[in-house]
Amino acid sequence: MLMTKKSLVATVAVAASAMLLSACSSSDDSPTTTSAAPTTDTPAATTTLTVWVDAERADALAAVASDYEAATGIKVDIVSRDNATMKDDFMQQAGTGSGPDVVMGAHDWLGELTTNGVVAPVELGDSAANYLQVAVDAANYEGTVYMLPYGVENLAVLRNADLVAEPATSFDDMIAKGNAAGVEYPFIVQQGADGDPYHLYPFQTAFGAPVFGRDESGAYDPSQLELGNGAQFATWLASQGVNGTNIISTEITGDIATDKFLTGQAAFWLTGPWNVKAAVDAGINVVVDRIPSPTGDPAQPFAGVKGFFVNQYSQNKVAANDFLVNYLGTADVQKALYASGGVLPALKAAADEIASDPLVKGFKDAGEDAVPMPAIPEMGQVWQFWGVAEAQILNGADPVATWEKLTQDVQTAISGS
Amino acid sequence: MTVRDKAPVTTRTGPLLFKIVMLALVDAGALFAMSILVTKGSYVAFTIMLLATVGINAIYLSKRALPAKYITPGVIFLAVFQVFVIGYTVYIAFTNYSTGHIISKGQAIEALLSQSQSRLPDSAQYPVTVVRDGSDLGFLVTSADGTALVGFADEPLHKVEASYDGAGKAVATSGTTTLSFGDILAVQQDVFDLAIPVSDSAADGTLRTQDGRSAFIYVSDLHYDAATDTLTNTATGVVYTDGGRGSFVDSDGNEILPGWQVAVGWHNFTSALSETSILGPLLRVIVWTLVFATLSVVLTFGLGLGISLLFDQRGMRGRTLYRIIMVLPYAFPAFLGALIWAGMLSKSFGFINQVLLGGAAVPWLTDPTMAKVAVLLVNLWLGFPYMFLVTTGALQAVPEEAVEAARMDGARPWQVMRYVKMPLVLVSTAPILISSFAFNFNNFNIIYLVTGGGPRDVSASIPVGHTDILISLVYKVAFTGQQRDYGLASAFSILIFILVATISIISFRKTKTLEEID
Repeated sequence: MLMTKKSLVATVAVAASAMLLSACSSSDDSPTTTSAAPTTDTPAATTTLTVWVDAERADALAAVASDYEAATGIKVDIVSRDNATMKDDFMQQAGTGSGPDVVMGAHDWLGELTTNGVVAPVELGDSAANYLQVAVDAANYEGTVYMLPYGVENLAVLRNADLVAEPATSFDDMIAKGNAAGVEYPFIVQQGADGDPYHLYPFQTAFGAPVFGRDESGAYDPSQLELGNGAQFATWLASQGVNGTNIISTEITGDIATDKFLTGQAAFWLTGPWNVKAAVDAGINVVVDRIPSPTGDPAQPFAGVKGFFVNQYSQNKVAANDFLVNYLGTADVQKALYASGGVLPALKAAADEIASDPLVKGFKDAGEDAVPMPAIPEMGQVWQFWGVAEAQILNGADPVATWEKLTQDVQTAISGS
Repeated sequence: MTVRDKAPVTTRTGPLLFKIVMLALVDAGALFAMSILVTKGSYVAFTIMLLATVGINAIYLSKRALPAKYITPGVIFLAVFQVFVIGYTVYIAFTNYSTGHIISKGQAIEALLSQSQSRLPDSAQYPVTVVRDGSDLGFLVTSADGTALVGFADEPLHKVEASYDGAGKAVATSGTTTLSFGDILAVQQDVFDLAIPVSDSAADGTLRTQDGRSAFIYVSDLHYDAATDTLTNTATGVVYTDGGRGSFVDSDGNEILPGWQVAVGWHNFTSALSETSILGPLLRVIVWTLVFATLSVVLTFGLGLGISLLFDQRGMRGRTLYRIIMVLPYAFPAFLGALIWAGMLSKSFGFINQVLLGGAAVPWLTDPTMAKVAVLLVNLWLGFPYMFLVTTGALQAVPEEAVEAARMDGARPWQVMRYVKMPLVLVSTAPILISSFAFNFNNFNIIYLVTGGGPRDVSASIPVGHTDILISLVYKVAFTGQQRDYGLASAFSILIFILVATISIISFRKTKTLEEID
């Protein structure tokens, strides 16, 4: 039988599918584990740690990892992953023994990761005192620490100092100063059709209505839903919406808010450290202020804490913990991570050093009021109703009734789950 | 085969050699895959792989089996990309694979026990040296006052004479070998799992190390008894047993997570159809899905056919240019198109309202009805060029004689259209209309990219929007938020499959009768 064109194609196809089969069935051939036979004379260099990190920080970590290898003989394989799918991929692969030893993530993953049983506790020991309190609080889930924190992010107010010279003392003062500057938007904050409760939370807490209460250890308690105290906040929010000043609008998305501030059309911008670089690059004379409160109480933003987790099913847990606690927890490494991502280090020593930069110091000061974003699974039930209700209030719905329905919906969802 | 007719017998060695090389490559790849499968212990996959490889070799080395040579590659692709995926979806639909149930039972017990370990309050941090006595590993720790203590798994911590390093850390004691950090790494799993009793009383806790450098005293209030398969909370006395649904439950039915993955029979299907909080919105979404898919097909086909009729006029100038312009939306990446439309439809900042409608505030994406109109319009823009191409081809295939004959019989243009062209066009495009319906029934991309399913239906107690179709509802229920339920999602997918398959079968039957009449 001759080789015709079609059977050539066929053979190539078979080859391809054979490769594909092998790729499917052996997706776990990455060198995660090499804990050799338990003999004392095995060279330590055979230990390889696989670490998943987001693309932004891969290069910085690869550089510090080679220092770690030189010091301990443990090879660290930094794998750059897409941040959007990293958590799901990790949860699916951890149990099969093919996941990484260490994964980078955020503290609000903790509820899901521990419920799925894929992360191991990390003992910070006495070094816990070296971290910012909010970082240690966030790394703690139901009394156990699961994360080595490396960065803390929170919102603050960016001020265009060419328009407004002095920081605002209160929310009303901010609007007055912004209006005096003669720009179209005295104050801008991103929302969207479905609202954005994360960016409104500082104002909500100023009215004494956090989502959950905290128990004596500082952990969020799902049985203490304090969202319902927010009637006053809802009324205030309505006064900022379409039927009031229209300063906070669901029409303003993140892109629009960014554009207005960068083009000098907004005096104050409530946003996070991730937008500072863009503002500086755009030539805006940026100053970072604490968030002005609409009441006498402090406006407390959510703090998001970034860190590293250890895979519960890693075969290299001693090496992984050593890498985390004794290496990633040092000031030099935390500063290197700051340099690549611009997130305030969680280690006090590194944070203090970097805070010589006034922009960083601004966020650090604003972060003193910050509270960790709840990582408990019940928070998921809050998110799905929260933003939509706030958007409705901004667009003219009855504030108190809408807020009551929100509280009820969340309560029902929590007790039903 | 044409090659056989043309090629003389003597030149056959070249292609034969090529075939052997290609087969060798396939076999080499398969062997590599099989060696990995064996080391991973995946014997089922190994057997399938082995049989497939033997089969492929037999088919291509045989002098007969000509049909098989053509069919095999297709069958392999079908198996890998269709049969396996469908089979796996069905399998998942009958399990409780969801948040809290993704690992095995053994792993869940391991995770529960490890999560229950907590550091004894106000206890010290001990610098630790890992030592070996014969085959036993032990910890040599230095307490705050400088005394050295040693312990093994079966030998509680006790004072010992030791030698110290410059920093005052006990590093060696007689009768044991000190392990370097490199030595520890070689046995790190044993070191990590080692728990040394602090005293004879279990209540005093155990000494453990996580990094091989510092040790801490841990207490645990959870105990697993393998004989009875129960977990006991030693602090409260509550006993947890395997509840049969992939988790440990107490006597009141309260479960503790993590749990594990088990088969749950028809549970996912019954809960999808019996829970009123899901069923109400589900029925509304099904109606909209049918409306969306039907209107999408009717509108795109209508517009496409209309334009192709327009351009069917012979002698029209610049016909090719017009056709190219009409096909442009089809050449444009659909993802990009949908996203750009979403931006253009924004109420206060979008191009449509600001420029085309002179500042009108039409709530394209935020009003329930307008959002449905917007989604249909965008889908029309994306979909009509395809229908235009298909109907242009079908119109050109209408035999000129038939049209000519109709004209000779005195038919007016409209009658030619209605009684000659349309039936012929419909017969050849009907299968495309059915597949277009099936495609739009599951057209996740356009919904997700244009409206995201919104605006939200605030009266529903699950996160569903007014423009959500079935597949985007499934996505929202199963893949967003912190409570994922892959099992339920798979069950939904199977229900959708049954719906689409039923509608398609009925439609194909209908078109068959159409052909017969014709």
